[in-house]
Amino acid sequence: MYIEIGHFALILAFGISIAQAVLGLTFWRSGGHIAGYVKQAAILQFVLVAISFGVLIIAFTTSDFSLSLAAQHSHSLQPMIYKISSVWGNHEGSILLWVLILVLFGAAVAVFGRNIPNDLRTLVLSVQGVLSASFIGFSIFTSNAFTRLDPAPFEGRDLNPILQDVGLAIHPPLLYIGYVGFSVCFSFAIAALISGRIDAAWARWVRPWTVASWTFLTLGIAMGSYWAYYELGWGGWWFWDPVENASFMPWLAGTALMHSAIVMEKRSALKIWTIFLAIMTFSLSLLGAFLVRSGILTSVHAFASDPERGLVLLALLGVFIGGAFILFAMRASSLRAGGLFAPISREGALVLNNLFLASATAAVLIGTLYPLVLDALTGARISVGAPFFDLTFSILMIPLLIILPFGPFLSWKRADLIAITQRLAGAAALTILATIVVFILRGATISLAPIGFLLGFWVSFGAIADLVYRAKIGRSPFIKSIRKLFSLPKSIWATALAHFGMGICVLGIVSVSVGESENITTLKLGQSAELAGYSIEFVKAEELPGPNYKIAHFEFVVSDKKGNERLAVSEKRIYVASSMPTTEAGILTYGGLSQLYIAVGDADKDGNQVVRIWHKPYILLIWYGTIFMALAGFLSLSDRKLRIGAPKKAKTKNILKSKGAT
Amino acid sequence: MTRKQKRLAVIAGLGLAIVLAATIIFTALSSKITFFYSPSELKENPVAIGQDFRIGGLVKEDSWVKDGKINTFVVTDGESDTKVVYQQILPDLFREGQGVIAEGALTQEGYFAATNVLAKHDENYLPKEVVATLKERGEWEPETKEENGEGSAN
Repeated sequence: MYIEIGHFALILAFGISIAQAVLGLTFWRSGGHIAGYVKQAAILQFVLVAISFGVLIIAFTTSDFSLSLAAQHSHSLQPMIYKISSVWGNHEGSILLWVLILVLFGAAVAVFGRNIPNDLRTLVLSVQGVLSASFIGFSIFTSNAFTRLDPAPFEGRDLNPILQDVGLAIHPPLLYIGYVGFSVCFSFAIAALISGRIDAAWARWVRPWTVASWTFLTLGIAMGSYWAYYELGWGGWWFWDPVENASFMPWLAGTALMHSAIVMEKRSALKIWTIFLAIMTFSLSLLGAFLVRSGILTSVHAFASDPERGLVLLALLGVFIGGAFILFAMRASSLRAGGLFAPISREGALVLNNLFLASATAAVLIGTLYPLVLDALTGARISVGAPFFDLTFSILMIPLLIILPFGPFLSWKRADLIAITQRLAGAAALTILATIVVFILRGATISLAPIGFLLGFWVSFGAIADLVYRAKIGRSPFIKSIRKLFSLPKSIWATALAHFGMGICVLGIVSVSVGESENITTLKLGQSAELAGYSIEFVKAEELPGPNYKIAHFEFVVSDKKGNERLAVSEKRIYVASSMPTTEAGILTYGGLSQLYIAVGDADKDGNQVVRIWHKPYILLIWYGTIFMALAGFLSLSDRKLRIGAPKKAKTKNILKSKGAT
Repeated sequence: MTRKQKRLAVIAGLGLAIVLAATIIFTALSSKITFFYSPSELKENPVAIGQDFRIGGLVKEDSWVKDGKINTFVVTDGESDTKVVYQQILPDLFREGQGVIAEGALTQEGYFAATNVLAKHDENYLPKEVVATLKERGEWEPETKEENGEGSAN
């Protein structure tokens, strides 16, 4: 019975979202009553969807296999966390999670958007209503999660074992918060185009949503990447798989949006471009959802390849993206250009940032879609893999990373490049020194690696240099400058922290790309293998029972250069319900940053165990870098200035205009 | 420079950058793509030795030989066979009689030296390139499909 309540709540939410969209879009000018209604509708919708999602969680956690979805994707022996994550480890449940987060953001705009004028908020919520009506409809009509089984089976069929992992339990919600959060930016863009109200205040309202979505998307992508690294047993952390690209494209576009919105807020410039990016970012999220969920790509994410669902998603995609860009084309010409600026200025640097990020997005988009388009048009089957993305992406990132440290130093409108170069001289000197040290330690080889290390250090030190300069460290008494350092605005800290994280991430990527080594070999019990100065001895092999799987358990004793011994455990798990194996690699961390990664294969008839060992120098820098970036996002969100965002009309417009022409 | 000239210079600069980016993307696209062939297609249009491509089909029954870390198996599409040698750990779900895609190149000795082997992520996965090939070759068995269909509702 309770399952039907969940189904009913979802259908009610569908009705409410339609009413919200239709009433809001028709009467947004009339204010008062309609604004209040739309606001309440958004909140009520969230409550209803939360009830229906809660029902699924109850059914899964109590192993109620009369719910068809639970019977197919859960198992009574699964640990509690995977019973919960099984809810979204399938097509129907994941769509409902998407819907839940969509209406959560709608409700959040309704609750936190008190400062936004009534008409604009009503429009934003109506557009959210259109989106949620479409996705709730998609869920109800093509992906019903509430189908019952009669008679109920005795036991469930288990979640795909590869998904039974803590990383994957939280990866989808994080990623979805990021993906779907950009819907708010999209709705704001559409609302701005409809109402014609596009000014600095608009950017001020949109920025927190952009930063929040970007932060969660960053965490979601990082989590997915770390999961792929330790769970798939391939030792890689990024494969340029179309599914990864699907999440990476909104991230790139969202990063560009986050930066261009600053220009729009502070200087009223780049309006058209910012609106375009807001539409584009969510369009790429939708494209990602389509690529991943339609079954057009074969991957662990494609739960079901039902052509009908794919077509409906494609239709939704076409309507939203097409509609948004038609509206954009109709209205963009009526927007007035904002303040002017010289090429060497904060605005100029941010334009370059956007240029390179947009080009990189385009490169990833083309590489991802080209095989699909070619297949559809000519039937030729090709794949565009890592070589394409590595080449194009790195070429486009190099100039971006070179100019990045200059950005925060540049003043608005026009800046003195020579003076700034002098301020960055310390960072540049440290960069070169650090790169030389790295090469002395590693042993110099001729490769492109120095450029990578230079860039990584440059971005990291550049970010620190910004803080040092602003706190006047070295130019005023020490205590005073330390006090100044901690009283710097949060936005300055957030910028520096995010850029520092980027630099750290680049260092990790470069270090692993050029420094990793591997050894694939066969070992008998008692034999040892050598890699990168480590000695790995195979000491134990046994069979163990697990909760819902059987374990082939292997132990290795790893001795480092100093002779310290540590135990590494690698496992192969065979899941009972599906008889599917998964690999649990044995991973040891050295110095907090480098890892030794041991994956086991099959044994041959003579008892030779195939073992694959990697040494991954400083690999954890990649994820620490992303954590810094996410922390920067949260720091920025905690900034009262940004959160309160009192609407200020750009009164200074005329003054700026006369001054802006430099 | 007047304001107009300045603006033109900026637009020209941005335009140049975009053209450059586009050039890089399309040059890379034409040189860095990998083609996919079935064993029969490979027989009809031989690929040069050392040229990277992907081959896909079913792992032939009783063809998988393990010698330490060296795995040898035969990829078939029902008409033609290709011998594949892979000197790494095969994916967990690699099985005989199931779909597989191998990336690599042909060698002097006439076999396909794989640098990467993709098997399915779960029980219901058959690479779509393989499905298409099998359909073309008339090797697509409805029973398998049904099994898959049931599975994918899963």
